[in-house]
Amino acid sequence: MVAPITDRGSRRPSSATRWLAVLRTPVGACAGFGLLALIVLAVIAPVLWSARAGRTDVAAMLQGPSARHWAGTDNLGRDILARVLVATRLSVELALLATVIAVVTGLVLGTAGVLVGRRVGRVLAAVVNIAVAFPGLLLALFFAVIFGVGARGAVLAIGFAGAPAFARLAQTLVAGIEQRDFVAAARIAGVGRVRILLRHVLPNIAESLIVNASIGAGGALLAFASLSFLGLGVQPPSYDWGRLLGDGLTGIYEQPIAALAPGVAVILAGLAFNLFGESLAKGIGLTATLGRVPLGRAQRRAAPAEPAEPVADDVVLDVADLVVTLPGHHAPIQPVRGVGFRIGRGEAVGVVGESGAGKSLTALAVARLIEEPGRVDASRLRFLGADLLAGPPQVHRRLLGTSLAMVFQDPMTSLNPTRRIGGQLAEVARQHGGLSRGAALALAIDRLRAVRVPAAARRAHQYPHEFSGGMRQRAMIGMGLMGRPALIVADEPTTALDVTVQRQVLALLESIRRADGVALLLISHDVAVVGQVCDRVLVMYAGRIVEDLPAAELATGARHPYTRALVAAVPDMRTDLDRPLAAIPGRAPDPARFPAGCAFAPRCPLATDRCRTTEPPLETDERGRRVACWYAGVSEHVDPTAMTAARGGHE
Amino acid sequence: MTTLTAAGPAPRIVESPAVRFAVRRGIRFVVSLWVLLTAAFGMIHLIPGDPVRAALGISASQSLVNSRRHALGLDQPVIVQYWHYLSGTVTGNFGTSLTSQLPVSRVIAQRLPATLELAASAFVLAIVIAIPLGTFMGVLTRGGRARRAELTFTTTSVVLGAIPDFVIGVVLVWIVGVHLQWLPVAGKSGLGSFVLPVLSLAIGPAAILSRILRVEMIAVLQADFVRTARAKRLPARVVYVRHALPNALTSTITLGGLLLSSLVAGTVLVENVFAWPGLGSTIVSSILAKDYPVVQGVVLVYGIGVLGVNLIVDVALALLDPRSTIRES
Amino acid sequence: MSELRFDDVSVRYGTRRRGLTAVAGVRLVVPDGEVVGLVGESGSGKSTLARAAVGLAPVTSGRILLDGRPVPLRGPRRPVQMVFQDPYSSLDPRMTVGATIGETVPRRDPVTGTALDRRTEVDRLLELVELDADLARAFPGQLSGGQRQRVALARALAARPDVVIADEITSALDVSVQGTVLNLLRTLLRELGISMLFISHNLAVVRYVATSIAVMYLGRIVEHGPAADVLGDPQHPYSRDLLAAVPESGHPAAPPDDPALRAVTDAEPADPHHPPAGCGYHPRCPIGPFVLADRDRCRTEAPTTDHRHHAACHYAASAEPGASHR
Repeated sequence: MVAPITDRGSRRPSSATRWLAVLRTPVGACAGFGLLALIVLAVIAPVLWSARAGRTDVAAMLQGPSARHWAGTDNLGRDILARVLVATRLSVELALLATVIAVVTGLVLGTAGVLVGRRVGRVLAAVVNIAVAFPGLLLALFFAVIFGVGARGAVLAIGFAGAPAFARLAQTLVAGIEQRDFVAAARIAGVGRVRILLRHVLPNIAESLIVNASIGAGGALLAFASLSFLGLGVQPPSYDWGRLLGDGLTGIYEQPIAALAPGVAVILAGLAFNLFGESLAKGIGLTATLGRVPLGRAQRRAAPAEPAEPVADDVVLDVADLVVTLPGHHAPIQPVRGVGFRIGRGEAVGVVGESGAGKSLTALAVARLIEEPGRVDASRLRFLGADLLAGPPQVHRRLLGTSLAMVFQDPMTSLNPTRRIGGQLAEVARQHGGLSRGAALALAIDRLRAVRVPAAARRAHQYPHEFSGGMRQRAMIGMGLMGRPALIVADEPTTALDVTVQRQVLALLESIRRADGVALLLISHDVAVVGQVCDRVLVMYAGRIVEDLPAAELATGARHPYTRALVAAVPDMRTDLDRPLAAIPGRAPDPARFPAGCAFAPRCPLATDRCRTTEPPLETDERGRRVACWYAGVSEHVDPTAMTAARGGHE
Repeated sequence: MTTLTAAGPAPRIVESPAVRFAVRRGIRFVVSLWVLLTAAFGMIHLIPGDPVRAALGISASQSLVNSRRHALGLDQPVIVQYWHYLSGTVTGNFGTSLTSQLPVSRVIAQRLPATLELAASAFVLAIVIAIPLGTFMGVLTRGGRARRAELTFTTTSVVLGAIPDFVIGVVLVWIVGVHLQWLPVAGKSGLGSFVLPVLSLAIGPAAILSRILRVEMIAVLQADFVRTARAKRLPARVVYVRHALPNALTSTITLGGLLLSSLVAGTVLVENVFAWPGLGSTIVSSILAKDYPVVQGVVLVYGIGVLGVNLIVDVALALLDPRSTIRES
Repeated sequence: MSELRFDDVSVRYGTRRRGLTAVAGVRLVVPDGEVVGLVGESGSGKSTLARAAVGLAPVTSGRILLDGRPVPLRGPRRPVQMVFQDPYSSLDPRMTVGATIGETVPRRDPVTGTALDRRTEVDRLLELVELDADLARAFPGQLSGGQRQRVALARALAARPDVVIADEITSALDVSVQGTVLNLLRTLLRELGISMLFISHNLAVVRYVATSIAVMYLGRIVEHGPAADVLGDPQHPYSRDLLAAVPESGHPAAPPDDPALRAVTDAEPADPHHPPAGCGYHPRCPIGPFVLADRDRCRTEAPTTDHRHHAACHYAASAEPGASHR
């Protein structure tokens, strides 16, 4: 049960730093400032302006804005601005109180499942599920009837009305954490339920809860204004913004500002809470997204186009000096830097390397599938004689759509879950072949049969989730066969599959290759798979090809120390059981920081000062093999176990 | 995961995911309805003190209170009342108003159409605005493109989404009604009177919905199957509309459902702003007058409306995404 | 002496009508100080069996015994520990490495009864898995995949277990790191004398670590024997299929010409929700009823395991390795 890792949980800065960083964004700073102002106002306004707000002045009824009354006066001659400012305290106070009730009740309901066991948790979840479908205002009205009209009733009503949403949130978050293996590990270790909740679950959901509580407080503020506006909340002679708004609306023709001023206050306060929550949420998720630095205007080609070499007819793909540039945190990064190779008709070429070596990006780049803001440069990129760099990708749509087939790693996610398999295949023929709907579907069924999907006609009407992993991958391959492919680019096509299914898929690719003379570019992290399927292997490290050799020589004839280590690190069915496996110390370099000189030098047992300063060129020998190593010739016999000497702790 | 092996049993009708989904969804609707009925019934019994006394006031004579209690059946055991309530509701008998003495069902029948028209128009308007706008913005700003357009759109939609509908209503009344005097601002009289209430109800949900859809579009456009669609060299329009949009909608719909059912509740406020002769004004005046049978009936109608919206959302989801029918089993 | 014994263990999920038998009557012994490798495809139930042993999956029937007594699932002493596949999910991102390991350290040494000091124990365990003691203060986010998996290993060892269950512990790691983790595992097993159930989909990895191998298919153990015997002379056709699927150099063989044989080699993996009647493997079996006419009993009659390597195949004895198989 091999599952690809989705959340790498990469290095995140500490939470305090991230929370501070939120305040440094313009929106976050505005929201933080607004919230602070709101709270200060709530504290001081009643102290300063209470008297002014309550003073009736029959002589100055319904006046417009003036130097004395900045926002005019109401129908009793009271200063509107002062009343709005004084109302801040009650509005904010009641909203916060209701939020506390909502969060606490919700948290109790939502985390009870961890403490009292699954069965009770399921019942609670069902109850919460029904309650959460009802909008907060309706629940608030319902509770307002029970708790009675007035401020106290409204606080309870809004608090309980908000509870289901928080309970649901807490349940979802808890369920997400409980699925993770560290909770299972704690259970196995005998850690009690309460401790699991306090030590493992709550700290991991706290951030989300705080963010949502902030947004929830904004919601409570608005809900309170609503109830008071309807006359169900704060009762005279007390007043909050909703009350002022409701009273102002009745006289909107005489004194519009009496309705608009509290309206503006509600909007600003609601926005302050909302934006603060949103920018916190964004800040917390921010580390996962790429910072973007513009790539600048480099010319399309890395080097001036060479005079077109006479290209032999049997070259399917010809790539030279391929560079892929992506936006990075600080500066653009180049995960692929200067890759060149050719694939002949019917030839199978494998690309191996560790994650981050640039294998997949190379495949996507030659297939013209890297989108803006990523950029692909090359001095030559020719497919079946056509210059793919000439003109926009649309120009080559037909050629690529019919002659280049792609197979991706995860057949689960690579097919559209909302469309039938047959339709997904057929649209290729409709688009590029101009076939009618019926003819295209017939061809799709024929192609499914060709990739040996049993009962193809019936299964063409099924959705991807009704297919097993292996069958989905067959359908992907069948999709590529809708045209007349000259090249299949397969990016880790069997990594997500079981070994027996892997064999079926590899055998299928092999038989297609044999029957129609289709070339194959197979990307894999698995040296054994590449060694079995391919004629020739390209070994990639840190965005470059470091060795290019016949697959048959992988085990014995590799000249680059990295290739040899890669082969020796993987146990096969002939590995000597009495000796430790070879290991490569250190980690593969980060594309943002490729070392100077030979990129493998820091992990290489043979590295000298020359390697660390000067990058070895990729030299071609008389048999067409290529290798980039200063010591490629002299280092034939190195004991791979010598490389295990470095301790794993430094990897 | 794996389905239908060669040796597997032939699929029976009960095994069909669509049928199982319909059955499960039906059961959930009935259970929710029952919970709703029980809550509406319980509401009156949870009110501290005697609701009849509260409704009639301190000055009412004890004999009047008693006879009214008897007429409402409040002197019977709770379980008998519950049974009467359930059976009564099923046959359309919601009781009698304490203040007007009219059957609650008649009050509802008078008021419901205005509310339905308002909610449905706003519902449609919100969707008609949000789907094209969200899709377009998603495509335009995918992968960090068009930063300025993104910032403008996000800011505007956050602000519009955060303003409560009744405040939008008040502002619209002031601008269009008081200032420009273009449209009527109170009551229901012809098409013109619909414009402002529908707008105040629809603007917020439309803003939030289009923002959610934009985010979902951006996420979906990074999905593997969109890469597959591009690898098939389909025209951009086909990739966006036929491959990405249905998937973006599936996740939008769930949130959109919540939003749209809160639109149903929002009618209460907006009706009070525009003196719209619907259920919303009725429920507020009844709560203030402590006319509990009417409150009970109207709450029930709103609740059923919300359940209806949820049902529509789930069916739409099932039509869009075949996987949703087999989830949660 | 610590021996983990699965005695007719079944794990069933869901209702009677629409349920899933993930593990069906498994009998398996992990002898003292030995490493049993458990192989099989996704959905074969190998992870469920592992989770049942530590109480994470409900045992519907049968018993899991440690030295003849049920594995304790309550109380402070947890002699069976587990290491998970994904080192990114198995460490709490908000706890330091030291706290994570320390949480599992028992108050007293289970053998001598002396009180244990958490700090010194954590240092000792980090040393044991060849990590710097400084890392105790680090958070998982600061570690590489290989380092995380070492921490997970240290956490399991902190409980002073008798048996450790390792569920695909190298499959999420980069190949260059896989080797170091396997080397470490072998050293630890040798030095500490722990018994281990080692689960992997990769036969070559299992071969490198395990002393005996059990093959699981659709919730059942279909073959079990010493590693060299099972790999050298597999009795069950599914074991042979697994072995043949290990990539070796040379192009993969094209599918066989015989249409019946081709159909079974292309057959989909079985659905655990609808397991086939009789022998669970018969729809995919190259020596079964879909290929050979006289083998109808495979469709109806579940095979016993009284063959070589406890192979659950009616024709285990008569099967000629290699000949009937592509």
